[in-house]
Amino acid sequence: MKKETLFELKSLYRDHFRVTGYRFGRGQKSVCIVGSLRGNEIQQLYICSQLVRELKRLEQEKKIISGKQILVIPTANPYSINTSKRFWPSDNTDINRMFPGYHLGETTQRIAAGIFEPIKDFEYGIQFTSFYRSGKFQPHVRMMTTGFENVNTAKKFGLPYVLKRKPKPYDTTTLNYNWQIWESEAFSIYTDSIDQIEEESAQKAVQAVLRFLYEVGAVNEAVEKGEEPVIIEDQDLVSVTCPDGGLFLPDVGVGEEVKKDQPLAKVLDPYEGEKIATICSPVGGRIFFARSKPVTYSNTVVFKIIPRA
Amino acid sequence: MVEVVTASKMPVGETLEIRKRRISPEKITGKEKIISIVTGTHGDELEGQYVCYELGRRLNQERHLLKGYVDIYPALNPLGIDSITRGFPNFDLDMNRIFPGNKDGSMAEFIADGIVTALKDSALCIDIHASNIYLKEIPQVRINEIVQDELIPYAKKLNIDYIWVHGAATVLESTLAHSLNSIGVPTLVVEMGVGMRITKEYGNQLVEGILNLMKEMGIYEGKTIKVREPLISKEEGDVAFLNASAAGVFLPGTDHWKQVKKGEKIGEIVNPLTGEVLEETKAPCDGMLFTLREYPIVNEGSLLARILRRKPQ
Repeated sequence: MKKETLFELKSLYRDHFRVTGYRFGRGQKSVCIVGSLRGNEIQQLYICSQLVRELKRLEQEKKIISGKQILVIPTANPYSINTSKRFWPSDNTDINRMFPGYHLGETTQRIAAGIFEPIKDFEYGIQFTSFYRSGKFQPHVRMMTTGFENVNTAKKFGLPYVLKRKPKPYDTTTLNYNWQIWESEAFSIYTDSIDQIEEESAQKAVQAVLRFLYEVGAVNEAVEKGEEPVIIEDQDLVSVTCPDGGLFLPDVGVGEEVKKDQPLAKVLDPYEGEKIATICSPVGGRIFFARSKPVTYSNTVVFKIIPRA
Repeated sequence: MVEVVTASKMPVGETLEIRKRRISPEKITGKEKIISIVTGTHGDELEGQYVCYELGRRLNQERHLLKGYVDIYPALNPLGIDSITRGFPNFDLDMNRIFPGNKDGSMAEFIADGIVTALKDSALCIDIHASNIYLKEIPQVRINEIVQDELIPYAKKLNIDYIWVHGAATVLESTLAHSLNSIGVPTLVVEMGVGMRITKEYGNQLVEGILNLMKEMGIYEGKTIKVREPLISKEEGDVAFLNASAAGVFLPGTDHWKQVKKGEKIGEIVNPLTGEVLEETKAPCDGMLFTLREYPIVNEGSLLARILRRKPQ
């Protein structure tokens, strides 16, 4: 293992900003794994730290395939983690909306460029990330339909779902999108936690990546077979919006099977405690996304359901 | 008349409302055009607040000179303005990256959909932005190159100093201006001043320009001034960007909005801990300094200034 500073910026009063990478093996740039780009993505940092630990063990046991290189970047944003800011501390910009970056541009454009340069030539790119809406997802692999996406490779993680998403304009500056444009096979992995460490979910994610590394021939330690994933398109998910603002009390959670017209959640008047709305499922299916905050606005998506075929 | 164009209930005892004021002519024929003035998408950009006030104040006294409708939307992001937040609170994406919105999305996307629906019948829209808190800008209109032929003639009537035609980028397809231009509502994006402040001089300049444009469109019959002739840049290399090469405190060494010569000192980056000058920022070319850093603390890469290059005579 080689611990490297991949990118560094000097600060006026803080310690230098450094992006640290852990490189295992030599030769062909095979798999790159990136953890938190935002300061609240603690689960994502934790998962990558556990992967570094596992890869150190595999290297000691000589189980990294000769001629294959694996790079892990547990976080590309320690400044934001250390100040409990989701985005860049001084100007609130999102590094994950700055790719491919520009080395002569603004600070976060330079950071994005500094990260992208050493990772853009890997055959496979894996990013642990979080969504722009607050809530929990079924663990899944997400990929953008750019023409470079490959569902068969995504299946190698053995996670229960692979979601294909047609990119929107604001997606075109993310790491995942740009990895694909530079012809890496790119995958974003969503687990069911962001700012809390959830051990069971983290270990599933670690096993999924180790399984992937084995399946693509980067390591030679087999991992227990995963699930045969269901392939879903983003537009096939059924959105359930909340009709009223108030306290949000879900009756069901992520992963649960629901029937058509089954109550999914209640909205309570925040002053008087009376029920002001019952949110019912418009279809039978499985809960893929659920809002996690205890308050809700009206006209906002609180559940996404995979409809039963 | 003040009207709520879209609304959404919040969790506790409050409804988020996007309000517009319609100023109508005294006599209505049924053929009136609508000009819409919108601002406040970014909650830390306040220059448009004064423009909305001053335009409304003047038209209160001159309704008899109106021949069309003037719709004023002073706050597209009321929660951002109230909480001194650039974005839409509790929402990760820049509000000006989610248009045309989505009725089945988040609350911010629902509101964005309602805003576009409310504006779709406008003959023209002016979307007023300030700079952010870091930079000061001269009054200017920014135009996507795709719609330059249509929009430059309007922009020239707006009494601004500069028209910046910039390249198309996919990520900009989700701005309010792009969404409205795409459905046939010509939309000019004004940038001027600095975030969290009001520059009355710039505001008055723009109000005169809006009245002039309204007159050209047959919406207003009052007296207008002879407007300024703006500089126009269309090529990518027309604008020189000066970014910080070191982290420190930026001290400007010249005034904003002036002609500078190649090699002239724009400012310096200093280190208060050591008493050293870390960088002397110099103009890389002759031209007009139209952007200057306002917020002193800089990281490596922070934008310090922009210069519109003087073209050889």
